[in-house]
Amino acid sequence: MIPREFEYYAPTSVDDALALLGTYGSEAKLLAGGHSLLPMMKLRFADPAHLIDLNRIDSLRGIRLSGNEIRIGAMTCENDLLWSPVLKEHCPLLVEAAGLISDPQVRYRGTLGGDISHGDPGNDHPAIMLCLGASFVLKSKTGERVVPADGFFLGVYATALEPDEILTEIRIPVPATGTGWCYAKLKRKTGDFATAAAAVLIRMSGNTVTDASITLTNLGPIALKAHDAEQFLRGRTLDDEAVDEVARKAMAICEPVEDLRGSVEYKIAMAGEMTRRALRTAAARVRH
Amino acid sequence: MPKKKTVVSFKLNGQSVDVLVEPRELLIHTLREKCAHTGPHIGCETTHCGACTVDMNGTSVKSCTVLTVQAAEAELLTIEGMAQGGELHALQEGFMQEHGLQCGFCTPGMITRAFRLLKENPNPTDEEIRFGMAGNLCRCTGYQNIVKSVQYAARKLRGETVTTSHPLLEEVSTGTR
Amino acid sequence: MNAQTTIDRLTKLEGIGCARKRREDPRFIQGKGNYVDDVKMPGMCVGVMVRSPYAHARVKRIDSSAALKLPGVIAVITAEELKPFKLHWMPTLAGDVQAVLADGKVSFQNQEVAFVIAEDRYLAADAAERVEVEYEELPAVVDPFKALEQGAPVVREDLAGKNVGAHGARRHHNHIFTWQIGDRDKTARAFDAADVTVKQDMLYPRVHPCPLETCGCVASFDKVKGDLTVYITSQAPHVVRTVVGLLSSIPESQIRIISPDIGGGFGNKVGVYPGYVCAIAASIVLGRPVKWIESRAENLTTTAFARDYWMTGELAATQDGIIKALRVNVTADHGAFDACADPTKWPAGMFHVCTGSYNIPNAFVSVDGVYTNKFPGGVSYRCSFRVTEAVYLIERMIDVLAQKLNIDKAEIRLRNFVRKEQFPYTTPLGLEYDSGDYETALRKALSAMDYKGLRAEQAIRRADPNAEWLMGIGVATFTEIVGAGPSKMCDILGVGMFDSCEIRVHPDGSAIARMGTMTQGQGHQTTYAQIIASEAGIPASVIQVEEGDTSTAPYGLGTYGSRSTPVAGAAVARASRKIREKARRIAAHLLEVSPDDLEFDLDRFTVKGSPGQEKTLKEIAWAAYNNVPQGMEMGLEAVDYYDPPNFTFPFGAYICVLDINRYTGESKVRRFYALDDCGTRINPMIIEGQIHGGLTEGLAVAMGQELPYDEQGNVLGGTLMDYFLPTALETPVWETDFTVTPSPHHPIGAKGVAESPHVGSVPCFTAAVVDAFAHLGITHINMPHNAYRLWQQSHALGLDRH
Repeated sequence: MIPREFEYYAPTSVDDALALLGTYGSEAKLLAGGHSLLPMMKLRFADPAHLIDLNRIDSLRGIRLSGNEIRIGAMTCENDLLWSPVLKEHCPLLVEAAGLISDPQVRYRGTLGGDISHGDPGNDHPAIMLCLGASFVLKSKTGERVVPADGFFLGVYATALEPDEILTEIRIPVPATGTGWCYAKLKRKTGDFATAAAAVLIRMSGNTVTDASITLTNLGPIALKAHDAEQFLRGRTLDDEAVDEVARKAMAICEPVEDLRGSVEYKIAMAGEMTRRALRTAAARVRH
Repeated sequence: MPKKKTVVSFKLNGQSVDVLVEPRELLIHTLREKCAHTGPHIGCETTHCGACTVDMNGTSVKSCTVLTVQAAEAELLTIEGMAQGGELHALQEGFMQEHGLQCGFCTPGMITRAFRLLKENPNPTDEEIRFGMAGNLCRCTGYQNIVKSVQYAARKLRGETVTTSHPLLEEVSTGTR
Repeated sequence: MNAQTTIDRLTKLEGIGCARKRREDPRFIQGKGNYVDDVKMPGMCVGVMVRSPYAHARVKRIDSSAALKLPGVIAVITAEELKPFKLHWMPTLAGDVQAVLADGKVSFQNQEVAFVIAEDRYLAADAAERVEVEYEELPAVVDPFKALEQGAPVVREDLAGKNVGAHGARRHHNHIFTWQIGDRDKTARAFDAADVTVKQDMLYPRVHPCPLETCGCVASFDKVKGDLTVYITSQAPHVVRTVVGLLSSIPESQIRIISPDIGGGFGNKVGVYPGYVCAIAASIVLGRPVKWIESRAENLTTTAFARDYWMTGELAATQDGIIKALRVNVTADHGAFDACADPTKWPAGMFHVCTGSYNIPNAFVSVDGVYTNKFPGGVSYRCSFRVTEAVYLIERMIDVLAQKLNIDKAEIRLRNFVRKEQFPYTTPLGLEYDSGDYETALRKALSAMDYKGLRAEQAIRRADPNAEWLMGIGVATFTEIVGAGPSKMCDILGVGMFDSCEIRVHPDGSAIARMGTMTQGQGHQTTYAQIIASEAGIPASVIQVEEGDTSTAPYGLGTYGSRSTPVAGAAVARASRKIREKARRIAAHLLEVSPDDLEFDLDRFTVKGSPGQEKTLKEIAWAAYNNVPQGMEMGLEAVDYYDPPNFTFPFGAYICVLDINRYTGESKVRRFYALDDCGTRINPMIIEGQIHGGLTEGLAVAMGQELPYDEQGNVLGGTLMDYFLPTALETPVWETDFTVTPSPHHPIGAKGVAESPHVGSVPCFTAAVVDAFAHLGITHINMPHNAYRLWQQSHALGLDRH
């Protein structure tokens, strides 16, 4: 229940935060929502000597439409995503996902950037970001780079974020009007990680799929993009056989770990079921 | 390692408070032990149960997963601050009229969370209340009367008439003698 | 006397039957409850347990030096420090002993090894981490059947050579007891002669009550006065006082146990835990208050677990489904120490209620208790002393028989019910059921749910090969046994399980009443006052009810197993009647009539046939202190110690409709209808609340809770990340109903109710789950019925897609 001792800093600008990161290096951890890190510290599974709190940096918050892109500050909390009129209209997939994460109190603290950069395969936003084709703005003392979500996630607790970088902004291309969307998450109970989850964006012309993006949560060391399934679906009629095949192709890329949520066999089967559920729901939501 | 304590100031139920804390001190411990506000409770150490819920700067938070240093300059509201001017808040009245508590341990967290929920959504459906209270565990009530309690408060806050769904003499014979 | 005046007087009285709003609520809704962790005493320090990561190991060495070097660390206690006080082992409530701190060996994961005391909890946490313990791992045994094999690891070296335990002969080093009841031979003959027999193995897995407040205490020994005060999360404070007296040799007159507000008990807070003993010992040695509050993980993995009963049931019946015999064999996994808090004569509690609501002429039960490398407990979680297991067994067996004979599951119950006219009914296992009307209850429930319509819908669903959701209908008709209990049958550590009440009426007509029970959310401050109001005519609003302080409350055995209403509630009624009768004689004196000329009318005595000639209880109370009849003592108070003549037998009929997704294993409770009969209903609002809570616990147990162990004895899922506690989102809407069949032997006909919904709902959920697959030949599925396990069943039947 009680963390080990540490030093605490609450910078009010990104530059100050970067300077602190530079000073304390590998002994420091960034504190975003704190609802992944602090529980680990309370159990003494993590004990950074220095904690750099990003919560006082107001410039890291906000959701805005910028041309054909939605730009979200990394410290924007899940609750803000959930209630955002901009997202409700332009990116409802993100709203649906936020509502399936944890519980109301955790959503008031947990951040989009924190969820993305923690590298936990159980987190939901990586698959959402992959599905949306989002990119991340990574800032360091020497400058800024924008990296696509695809390729950002490297392994369990491993991302392309360098030790001297801070994720400052998430940029999401606005899905085309009429795009169908769904995040189907199977979990044991409120607050649990996904047993298996699938995110789908789909565009159709009549009953033909013109484009599809299909990603999976907690079915491997990182969020997975079902390229083969997407490729298969493009240009095809969305009938029962097609749905079956998409599910099979999605299952084929999964490498889940057995735990109390279920066996490997179960999780792979559920990857198939969630893919079907997300696909059918997304298709039903397509507006022509 | 010598511990560095700092003074942290915040408003607690409208009153200014200064506390001396290490960085690692959890807000729930500060509230309960340094500020003598034992309303919020501790029910777990993994951020699940919600018994420690307080309202911080207009948001519902689990104070077991907030460092006191993070609450500097914050406006904190706990169960002790719900009643105003000697009058119970509509939620407190609702929980009593609708039997929304039994052992009382989850109640401060429930009411504090419901307070913010009704600000987010003054006219919630039962399902929206269940979704909105899913961060607060209860072992005694099965939640059904908690939902009714929150609905009671929502009606009262909207200016509607409210009455208990448990009339006193419902099962008592009142025949003449 | 017009109707409105009567209504006004009833409203003011708030007696039995009223939905009286709770007297407890004002403090809880304002955050002014007083739970053990709220208690602060001058000079208080904090204790934290150091626990074994291994399930089975020798403790070679404990080095506290690094811990003691930290500033603010006061002491580190191990078994060595407790030995001179003979406190390193303590008796359990089951006739066994339990290590307070590991004495050379640990026998379950997280067993207590050392107790660290520091100025505050932050320092204590740092110090606990620095205590170095050297272990030599031993092979662990977590399967009770393997534990009874030749050459199984010896869980209890301290019992070497002891082939007689507290409950009779022990046949193996890991065997605790064999308990049997019923007529073995007559039952065997009934099986031999039967048209049909069925047999089913079933496991009621290990779960945990997980009250929202964990266990803890503040122990304060006053070295000057020699008095010990302990604030403690205890459902049975007097029992704790007696135990502490035995352990510490301090006379009970100098021990004060205070259970303040308790954040849920559910049987988790009955036993005496090592943390309490260490805090008390530390306080005695240090002369300072010592607080010990366990963490959630400690609570879930070291305090009284529930169930872990491996059962085999057999029924013998005619072709028409009339049951002729029941035979049950149980292997009971008690963990490493037998701390199963049962009445001493019954190591399987009231498991012998397993003939259920049915008129079964022959029965035989055999239970083997076994030691394994798991944490101790066994009786907890609203089980009424193993009644959860018993009712689960019989309700499952009835369904198994129904499926074998292709008889409808409600119909077979109606055919076998004990009939209303048969009460009081003595079962072949020696219990005398007081009253019941099972048929009325079930028919009412079936009608309310349109059972025929549900079965018709299910038939259509079953016939549709493309239906995604399987539909199951569960029926459970349970008989509970609560109100432990008659002292000739029930004692805890030799103390008979009576209970008590004392009432003192003040000159202004208000009163204070104290009982030997201890509420943990049941609303005693509200409901006991209602009994007194009805029986003694004093408005409930001016009756102060207190429990939990052993210095003031009369001796009682506490609150668990729904015993408060049947036992203490009876004492309350009888004490109230003593008050009433003394009040009658005072009234007669004031009115100058004979007591026989007076009628008791709600809140006053009136002279028969003489309206207007009356004295209210308020007037009588004043007179009790200055104007009593010749020869009568002043004052208006009464005490009653009630030794119940029998248990009480609440019952119910529950129906569950559940849909299961054949592809994912997800399930949804579509409807749950709970009809309960608890005899006289004191406060319908509180009863309904208890039902909701018990059903929700039952849902959790049936659909998701488990504490599995791996082969090395590591307990898995011991935090709220995994342990399934439903939130408002997972919990369905409950429909409740009732009938009233009073208990003939209880002073106000009340039976107790709060454990019924847990006892009855768990088999009802399982019944619905199994029923969903029954048309495919499935007779039983073990709990928990989480999505993964339901998918496994579906997958095995080829119903899923992958």
